[in-house]
Amino acid sequence: MTTLRHEPFLDIARQREADRLGMVVFLASEAMLFGALVMGLLALRTFQPAPFAAASERLNLLAGSVNTAVLLTSSLLVAIGAEARALNRNRLATWMLGIAALLGIAFLIIKGREYYQEYGEGLMPGAGPYQDFGSPGARMFMDGYFVATGLHAFHVLVGVAMLAGCAWRLRRSDPPSKVGIENVGLYWHLVDVVWVFLFPILYLSR
Amino acid sequence: MGLRRLLLTWVALLVLLSMTIAASFLPIGNWRQLANMAIAAAKAGLIVWIFMKMRQETALVRLAGVIAAVLLLVLGSLLASDYLFRIDSPLIRIDGSNARGPLTPDAASSGERSP
Repeated sequence: MTTLRHEPFLDIARQREADRLGMVVFLASEAMLFGALVMGLLALRTFQPAPFAAASERLNLLAGSVNTAVLLTSSLLVAIGAEARALNRNRLATWMLGIAALLGIAFLIIKGREYYQEYGEGLMPGAGPYQDFGSPGARMFMDGYFVATGLHAFHVLVGVAMLAGCAWRLRRSDPPSKVGIENVGLYWHLVDVVWVFLFPILYLSR
Repeated sequence: MGLRRLLLTWVALLVLLSMTIAASFLPIGNWRQLANMAIAAAKAGLIVWIFMKMRQETALVRLAGVIAAVLLLVLGSLLASDYLFRIDSPLIRIDGSNARGPLTPDAASSGERSP
């Protein structure tokens, strides 16, 4: 594999650093986006601890825990895939990224089933056969839950599309560059980091 | 190849996940939430440092990542300095009444308040 140098960069190292810097700045803006939601949830927990805990207890802890493990495992596979691409083992990289994308789909299926369960239990604000929050604070918790996990699920969906695209292109004669695969991997790891914070706040605030 | 390092990181992440779930069942009151946030920070640190390969990045790229964390801390502190000192904050409430005097029944029913 040769990384192609292109204008305006004079050497490969600087080009690589610029690529990486751009990606990290974008990820920092994503961290701001999710950070605001996390802070909103923490403020709600400070002011309404009892309803917050009551609503948190009604979430499906098993599904949330399994989903955390699924995302952590997919992150491992993406890291291995990026390593394999750097060593020109594109076949291995294809498999790793492909399985990671499948794990992302598994995450979305589990999340969807949870949403459906909450829909049936009256926990989905403004939808479902009936509404059963118990208190205004719990209703606010569920609002925050659906906004935060919904936005996160959208990011998972985008990540799955990018991982699958990379896996597909790795099989062809013009595979994505090492830096390109690594940047997609960075995005996926950030999605993982966001979930690592959402999980305890939403599911473990009992 | 750093395969061994990646696998060990993954094992550590899963151990931390089981720890945070176990900690949430301990009868230690609000310390649970502190423990859970500390474990989340440790997990995020492992992912950022090993999986995202920040340990191999240049100072410039690391700085961009650190600024994100610093900005979140600044914004969080500003938010806390507002919310934590509002009139119905748990920090400044004194024995069930607030600075405006005891809650009227009307105000009490509009939003539940924790003891």
